[in-house]
Amino acid sequence: MAYSNKVLDHYNNPRNVGSMDKNDPRVGTGMVGAPECGDVMKLQVKVDPETGVIEDAKFKTFGCGSAIASSSLATEWLKGKTVDQALAIKNTDIVNELSLPPVKIHCSVLAEDAIRAAITDYKTKQTVVTAHDRSHAESR
Amino acid sequence: MKLPIYMDYHATTPMDPRVFEAMRPYFTEMFGNAASRNHAFGWQAEEAVETSRKQIADLIGANAKEIVFTSGATESDNLALKGVAQMYAEKGNHIITAATEHKAILDTCKRLEKEGCRVTYLPVEANGLVDLDRLRAAITDKTILISIMYANNEIGVIQPIAEIGKIAKERGVLFHSDAVQAIGKVPVNVIKDNIDIMSITGHKLYGPKGCGALYVRRRNPRVQITAQMDGGGHERGMRSGTLNVPSIVGLGKACEICRLEMPEESRRMAYLRDKLKDRLLAELDETYINGTMDSRLPNNLNISFAYVEGESLLMGINDVAVSSGSACTSATLEPSYVLKALGAGDDLAHSSIRFGLGRFNTEEEVDYVAQKVIDVVRKLRELSPLYEMAKEGVDLTKVQWSAH
Repeated sequence: MAYSNKVLDHYNNPRNVGSMDKNDPRVGTGMVGAPECGDVMKLQVKVDPETGVIEDAKFKTFGCGSAIASSSLATEWLKGKTVDQALAIKNTDIVNELSLPPVKIHCSVLAEDAIRAAITDYKTKQTVVTAHDRSHAESR
Repeated sequence: MKLPIYMDYHATTPMDPRVFEAMRPYFTEMFGNAASRNHAFGWQAEEAVETSRKQIADLIGANAKEIVFTSGATESDNLALKGVAQMYAEKGNHIITAATEHKAILDTCKRLEKEGCRVTYLPVEANGLVDLDRLRAAITDKTILISIMYANNEIGVIQPIAEIGKIAKERGVLFHSDAVQAIGKVPVNVIKDNIDIMSITGHKLYGPKGCGALYVRRRNPRVQITAQMDGGGHERGMRSGTLNVPSIVGLGKACEICRLEMPEESRRMAYLRDKLKDRLLAELDETYINGTMDSRLPNNLNISFAYVEGESLLMGINDVAVSSGSACTSATLEPSYVLKALGAGDDLAHSSIRFGLGRFNTEEEVDYVAQKVIDVVRKLRELSPLYEMAKEGVDLTKVQWSAH
């Protein structure tokens, strides 16, 4: 099976590889997939709580070239988007951009799942932080 | 050194130029039908076929009359299993095989099950080998055939064939072995190994594709099989169809070369394979060999690089032709059933690479491949969340994964 040039480019020069502090309240972490299924994606976003804009995104992926490319592309797209705009990214956008063949569509689904998981994690943290602030305020 | 490098000799081998030269005249001037009994064209073809039969027989310790030509190992396996099941149907309907057999055996067994046979699929031990006590225990008075491959096509482990053959003989059960990966690589002898029926193919031993043979024992015991192809009654009635003379000549020549060069060649294969193995194990942590090294083809290496997915590794070493047990490289999106049968876990199957060395590989190529694999595994581990977690001391087996 031949890979598209865009998949090859992301595989050879993956963007935004790395990890951020998962305990940072501004960082949302999504980890999806399973080793026995052959792919695990970790995707992280760092959000400015004032503006809701994603300042940084990082990934690490265990998986085939298309899985690596899907998550690399996702981090590229996430940067500069608001949290709500990020949730609008669909797996089909990734399929189209990378020209993924049908057998690799699950890689794009996994990337979409990873985005959602990261944002959900960020939002959960924010709720906790806000609740904490409020209770802190009330006790005063 | 020329790129890309071919290191997938278990899939197929290039034809040896000497084999090609032997075949060449049989396409054009010596084109006769080996079944033409009344003119020189036919006699010439028949003589070439008989020479090939002898060359094959000499490599495996058989008699030339015991060689039946087929289109390859898949046909040989089908003919052996179906032919025995039908011929010995009155004696019994039970067949014993192993979980790590080639699909040509497993799928044939599944078909036979639909037709009323009972099949026992023996599991293998973690080293890839069949347990002989388990085999003994599986034999019943209805058992007519044991079919166990000589050497595995993925992990290269060599089964205890002589012992299996001995058990079969003692219990009066026929023993078939698919020996395509072993013949020409290690000494195979149907007498010493107590084999009654054996599948052979040309394209795994530097011969042509689309040509194989089935060894069918004629004495002690005399094995009979029901033909699966009806027609002119060629090959003593076991396989009708005009003989593919050029390819048969090639198969014979390939066997002759293997017989003469095997001692030297297998030493060279083992040297190159061990060099590759030692280098990879020395430079990369958490790297595991699949299947025992104690009983193994000299040209096979099957390794799992933990935390790295096989297809992405293949992508990184794209100027090297090897195979992976990863689901992503298979049509079914299932990881290798052979590696799964070893019980090491699906994640190691996803991370496996099969190196199959062969006659035309050089030491320079092995050095290049080793370095390339080391570089790419390191790069992909930098990218791997699993490697990161493992390094942080997380027990990956205890993580709640979101399976999909």
